[in-house]
Amino acid sequence: METWELLSKIIFLFVILAITLVVAMYSTYAERKVAAFMQDRLGPNRAGPYGLLQPLADGLKMFMKEEIIPTMANRTLFILGPSIAMTTALLTGVVIPWGGNLTIAGHVISLQVADLNIGILYIFAMVSIGVYGIMLGGWASNNKYALLGSVRAASQMISYELAMGMAIIALVLTTGTLSLKEIVDQQQGWHWNIFYQPLGFLIFLVCAFAETNRAPFDLPECETELIGGYHTEYSSMKLGFYLFAEYINMFISAAVIATLYFGGYNFPFLNRLPLDANVLTILGSVVFFLKIFFLIFLFMWIRWTLPRFRYDQLMNLGWKGFIPISIANIMVTGVVIYFKELFF
Amino acid sequence: MTFLFYLLAAVAILSALMVVFSRSPINSVIFLIICFLSIAGHYILLNAQFLAVVHIIVYTGAIMVLFLFVIMLLNLNTSNEPHKSQLTRITAVITGGLLLLVLIAATKDAVLIQAKNPADYNIGLVKQIGQTLFKQFLLPFEISSVLFISAMVGAVMLGKKDSKKN
Amino acid sequence: MQSLTNRSKVVSDKKMTFMEKIYLPAIIKGMMITITHFFSKKTTISYPEETRPFSPVYRGMHVLKRDDIGRERCTACGLCAVACPAEAITMIAAERKAGEENLYREEKYASSYEINMLRCIFCGDCEEACPKEAIFLTNRIVEAGYQREPFIFTKNELVEPLDPAKRIDVSKRQTKAVLEFKKNGNLPHNK
Repeated sequence: METWELLSKIIFLFVILAITLVVAMYSTYAERKVAAFMQDRLGPNRAGPYGLLQPLADGLKMFMKEEIIPTMANRTLFILGPSIAMTTALLTGVVIPWGGNLTIAGHVISLQVADLNIGILYIFAMVSIGVYGIMLGGWASNNKYALLGSVRAASQMISYELAMGMAIIALVLTTGTLSLKEIVDQQQGWHWNIFYQPLGFLIFLVCAFAETNRAPFDLPECETELIGGYHTEYSSMKLGFYLFAEYINMFISAAVIATLYFGGYNFPFLNRLPLDANVLTILGSVVFFLKIFFLIFLFMWIRWTLPRFRYDQLMNLGWKGFIPISIANIMVTGVVIYFKELFF
Repeated sequence: MTFLFYLLAAVAILSALMVVFSRSPINSVIFLIICFLSIAGHYILLNAQFLAVVHIIVYTGAIMVLFLFVIMLLNLNTSNEPHKSQLTRITAVITGGLLLLVLIAATKDAVLIQAKNPADYNIGLVKQIGQTLFKQFLLPFEISSVLFISAMVGAVMLGKKDSKKN
Repeated sequence: MQSLTNRSKVVSDKKMTFMEKIYLPAIIKGMMITITHFFSKKTTISYPEETRPFSPVYRGMHVLKRDDIGRERCTACGLCAVACPAEAITMIAAERKAGEENLYREEKYASSYEINMLRCIFCGDCEEACPKEAIFLTNRIVEAGYQREPFIFTKNELVEPLDPAKRIDVSKRQTKAVLEFKKNGNLPHNK
């Protein structure tokens, strides 16, 4: 690998990191604004114009808070928990294709850090490691509510990972590849995968809600039963890390859904515009981010519409609802593809 | 690359030893996770990305979570570790020693296998693995899937409440 | 039982139909409701910039009125303290000295008059009890604070300023009918 290429990759990596953090920061602001608007309120509007500096104020508050580690807690694991949650949340961003290729001074820069040929599985692996952050943190707190929260989180994530994986399998059957870049390139024009896999999309979306621990599946941190769930004992920036990791996860899963089902950086009539290739690439990235923001809005919209599930309802929905449906989805997809290849 | 190999190998062996030697079960599980992750690193060094990721998903992401889950629920600590009788210890030593014996016997006569096609970098990728599994080893693959299904059915049967008693 | 509105729904635990079981129609219905609220007019009043319109008879912070030439009307009769259900009012009476006729209207006046705003329930019984038209509840708000002591309002806070331009207007509470009634000196209440 040339040094030049390496350097551009490293710079791009930092750009992605910065974008992820900024989007996650402003997701907290957007969440509060959306919640307020849906409840006929105005939301935060005191820090800066329209309250735009609110995330900074929140961050500052988090940093200024007293750092408390309970006496009976397991110190190492207590600190390890939020670190794992944050790291795995950030690691996922590297395989997502944020845009096409840019050509600068004769060099081609791909707006994707790493085009793994197993991109989807990599995301899946990172998500499955992400559970440890919550589990270890909850256990290390030595608090029964935190333990309950982490146990709930673990069983919920394992249950919904299955259905999510099977939704992906059905998608892989139609696309024939595991590389995210190739999946995006296949969806040019209106050939978005949501039209080929509507049921798979629905399953994936619901599982994404469950995996990111967001309402209506926010049982691991459900305030009314478990105080704060797995982060009951956390304070200061460690709590901040947990909350922040949740928003990063939401951003990343919105990006993954946009990539897998909404055509990524493609938009209809992309190739018909009489524009420079670089401009088109940037336009594509902008469209990609618009799709992501819409999906984040969808996450919030659903959170502020639906009440929380009861735990047995959650497990019923996962094991008795989504897993059979996703298996049926795989079989139907397989049969359709088989006959399509047979007759056409 | 060689440096990475030695680093990963050292981490794998050290964490594997720590699994055995650490007193708290939770620490054992965490070291086992680290061990699995470093083995996944080895797979990546061998350009077997698919194996590496599946290893992480299945072992690190699912099985170890269940281990941790059970240990958390039972709240196993050094303080309330169940007392092990002398007999258990002796049997454990004998079985462990026998396993060591078998392993030594098996590796004693081992010869270094030459890779069939060392220049083929794609050997660990999804397509190749799929072709191998579904063409060359189709029967064993399907039989193992039947085994898994029977295990699942067994688990459901065990987990089901006995309707006659209630 | 007869229902009071036609909005009530009878709850039953009947088996859910297929459409209800897949949740989606209900979810989409709910999402439509929230999105209409998203764009609807907000009910929030951003307090320091805009205030809620008060009703004309709103009962807020008290005022001790002066008469037209600036003399305190209060004569420290203690009727307000007696009427107060929360026992928030205390006062000390004093005799008007010679030369103080332009300060106090009657021969007796309150040298100290305190209302504990933490006890006050703003019922308005004090102004109803006052025979001298001295105490009124106004539309001013008692501001929040961090300490308890500043909530005991003394004459400094309660008596209205001397400057005629800064007088507190209570004409909305002191309606014509009330004034007419009080003008008649023959009535026992106004003697």
